[in-house]
Amino acid sequence: MRKIILSVLAVIVVAAIIVTGSVISRGGGASSGSINVYNWGEYIDQSVLDDFEEQTGIKVNYTTYASNEEMYSKIVSGAASYDVIIPSEYMLSKMIDEGLIAELDFDNIPNYQYIGEEYRGLSFDPEEKYSVPYTWGTVVIVYNTKYVDEEDVADESLELLWNEKYAGKILMFDNPRDAFALALTRGGYSMNTTDPAQWNEAAEMLMEQKPLVQAYVMDQVFDKMISEEAYIAPYYAGDAITMMDENENLAAYVPVEGANQFVDAMCVLSSSQHKKEAEQFINFMCETDIAVRNAEEVCYAIPHTAAFEELDEETREDTMVYPPAEVLEKCEVFVNLPPETMLLQSDLWIRLKTTYY
Amino acid sequence: MTKSVEVGSKKVNLIPFSGWMVVFVLIPIALVVYYAFTGVDGFTLSNLTWIWTYRSTLWLSVWLSLLATAICLLLAYPVAYMISRASEKVQRNASLFIMLPMWMNFLVRTYAWMTILENNGLINNGLRLIFGEDFAGLNLINNHGAIILGMVYNYLPYMILPIYTALTKIDNSLIEAARDLGSGGVQIFRRIVLPLSVPGIISGITMVFIPSISTFIISKILGGGKDFLIGDLIEDYFLGNSGVVNYNIGAALSLVIMVMILIATCFMNKFDKDAKTNGGGVI
Repeated sequence: MRKIILSVLAVIVVAAIIVTGSVISRGGGASSGSINVYNWGEYIDQSVLDDFEEQTGIKVNYTTYASNEEMYSKIVSGAASYDVIIPSEYMLSKMIDEGLIAELDFDNIPNYQYIGEEYRGLSFDPEEKYSVPYTWGTVVIVYNTKYVDEEDVADESLELLWNEKYAGKILMFDNPRDAFALALTRGGYSMNTTDPAQWNEAAEMLMEQKPLVQAYVMDQVFDKMISEEAYIAPYYAGDAITMMDENENLAAYVPVEGANQFVDAMCVLSSSQHKKEAEQFINFMCETDIAVRNAEEVCYAIPHTAAFEELDEETREDTMVYPPAEVLEKCEVFVNLPPETMLLQSDLWIRLKTTYY
Repeated sequence: MTKSVEVGSKKVNLIPFSGWMVVFVLIPIALVVYYAFTGVDGFTLSNLTWIWTYRSTLWLSVWLSLLATAICLLLAYPVAYMISRASEKVQRNASLFIMLPMWMNFLVRTYAWMTILENNGLINNGLRLIFGEDFAGLNLINNHGAIILGMVYNYLPYMILPIYTALTKIDNSLIEAARDLGSGGVQIFRRIVLPLSVPGIISGITMVFIPSISTFIISKILGGGKDFLIGDLIEDYFLGNSGVVNYNIGAALSLVIMVMILIATCFMNKFDKDAKTNGGGVI
């Protein structure tokens, strides 16, 4: 009975939304000849989208998210329908497991040939069925050379994030997976550990760090680091370079203890009504000249071999974007955590945010 | 026009409104109630126990919202009073200026405060012009004070306008009569103006307190995302930013807040009726 009432209510709501929605935004939805692309914020050269629309006549509705978790909850809630998404590897593998991702027809994506061997068939998509790698990179520590003393960064350590000297000037990830990865690595543990004791220890470190933290941020990190409001922040390598381009006092390093290495890959949702157009979009993003332009804008490392050759030498030899093998060895790729660890993570993160000093 | 036609047309006029209420108020509330009382095994009350787990968060939210509401009232009453006593032209312009910030998006305005309050922001850089470059700067952002400021700034118009409306409705002859009978300014205010403006005050308190207690974006932007308010907690359970989506706990927390607000509103409405006045109107 309850189920019936609930479904009747749901049907009424959906019907109302469809009726109002179609009246208000006719053609705004994914009508044929348009695709909905859902990507990280500040993670594309916008002019590339215009070129795609011009060449193919397919309209791109482009929206962004700040974290994998945000993207995931929006998709499973069914509140919006997207065609192309660009999640990180651990989220992608979770979504593949849950049947949310469609198998790609690689006949429509001939440019897949450019993707380097070492980026194919990675752990999240071992049979190369679901995804085309978009960019990769590591988490780095960004700091302001004007305010951070040289001896504090000489060892290139994670300890900088816990250095009391810079209390109130440290920013931290506002998403638990990245924040806990830093703490777990600092404790000498794997960031994919499922041992509750290690998670609790990491939580304690974050708790200890909280009074030193100016703010927990995602995309706001750009503003706060560039305007020198904060001096130290962990963030993704490509974004770190964007910040360094804007403010010459900024520098960054991959911490010696290791860091998260991520691969973000393009894929098509199984609920997509425009799979062919979506594949056309993915293929377009892998056109060599487009990939070059995009890479120059987003500053992340790219798995596209032909485009890599066309990047300027300075970028190709930048060890922060393309870290040498010995650094990468210490880096770790996220794997999808089991539900009980996710529950613990959520619990510990909320506890961190609801502990008031 | 006959009476029956009038009644009939009123009924027709009500259809869009009732439809709106059902789809966007009643059904969502029904869904919140449904989720709040269900879990994996069907009916349960356990979701509601989470409010006890998060009592310090609830307490912090109530405390900050009460402070914000009190500050709004203290700021708004004199302003509303002065406007209501001014000439018609001034009244028109003043209401316009109070509404003016609302023409801009709430988020944009809150982000603007970030630029004002930051250590390298307008205020601190202004102080540096006075005290020299070495001035360390005041700690104005990423704390509870900044959250209260955000609430006061964003919701102040909702306090001024109802009080202003209530004040303009006061019949001037009452004041003249009091004066004729020898009342001084203080006595007139205390015994006539203040009691008659109670409905406006109550409206204002409700309209400031409710959005304050449920905010989540102000604490994120101006509080530095460090301390969750109850609104942040609910958002987190619905969006799963911490890694787990749980509509049931989120709905249970929302329900508790709704019931709290409902009780407070009923209580204040009763207070309003006791004052035996009209005008203003409680929302």
